[in-house]
Amino acid sequence: MLASLANPHRFMGFSRWAAPLCGLIALAFLIPGLWLGFAAPEDYQQGATVRIMFIHVPAAWISMFAYACLGGASFFSLVFRHALADAAARAVAPLGAAFTLLALVTGSLWGRPEWGTWWVWDARLTSVLVLFLLFIGYMALRSAIDDETRAGRAAAILALVGLINLPIVKFSVDWWNTLHQGESIFRKGGPTIATVFLIPLALMGFGYLFAFGALWLERTRAEVWRRRARNLEAQAAA
Amino acid sequence: MADKYAAFIWPAYAVTALGFAWMVLDTLLRARRWKRRAEALERELGK
Repeated sequence: MLASLANPHRFMGFSRWAAPLCGLIALAFLIPGLWLGFAAPEDYQQGATVRIMFIHVPAAWISMFAYACLGGASFFSLVFRHALADAAARAVAPLGAAFTLLALVTGSLWGRPEWGTWWVWDARLTSVLVLFLLFIGYMALRSAIDDETRAGRAAAILALVGLINLPIVKFSVDWWNTLHQGESIFRKGGPTIATVFLIPLALMGFGYLFAFGALWLERTRAEVWRRRARNLEAQAAA
Repeated sequence: MADKYAAFIWPAYAVTALGFAWMVLDTLLRARRWKRRAEALERELGK
């Protein structure tokens, strides 16, 4: 499947219908997710602020997933010199930055009433901030070098080095004593949150995932068109 | 929802809605712009 889609022509044919389909599937998850999220009872400790969880946690999941995608695409771009992988890497970085920023802002809005502070330099929050800076750094590096091939290679190396931050984000709440709560979903022994919260959270998680997929496919299509236009401009100028 | 936490919950949802709106609009406009540009050049060059 992946090898087949490595062909830009096949990818454009596939993504033409896959991107809107992913968007529709995202809506099919997000609408009931939002509905159930607002219908859920208030948490006995956190009160109504628990509703922020349904938008904060999926944003945090997708920010990490987006960086893993950036790392994977950068690997294929760097090792196999694959143009479509480079286009996919360039396309995913702004989405990753946006989801990470959403995780940081909504987390801050959740933290203020729960912890009494907007921000604390604990390991989880700091490592997520580093994740955001890695996305920004990736985009800045690509923009700073005129030669697109060199820019892509330099940024791919940065993206691969930055992969070390992913396990730090994931396990920061286990390795250090953090104000941020420990893992309560993806843990040995299963989730520890009540089903009434877990179902809307899962729906929102899948909704975010498919929305991210739709946006990434469409942005990669835009990048393929941009490169095609650049090549044609060069031919026209020659 | 009109309780003491509304000042935190609604801004969180508003920021998220704005973030998604930006991602969707920027993505669609970018795709349309470059597709049109490439197609115009293809016509111009007879490809």
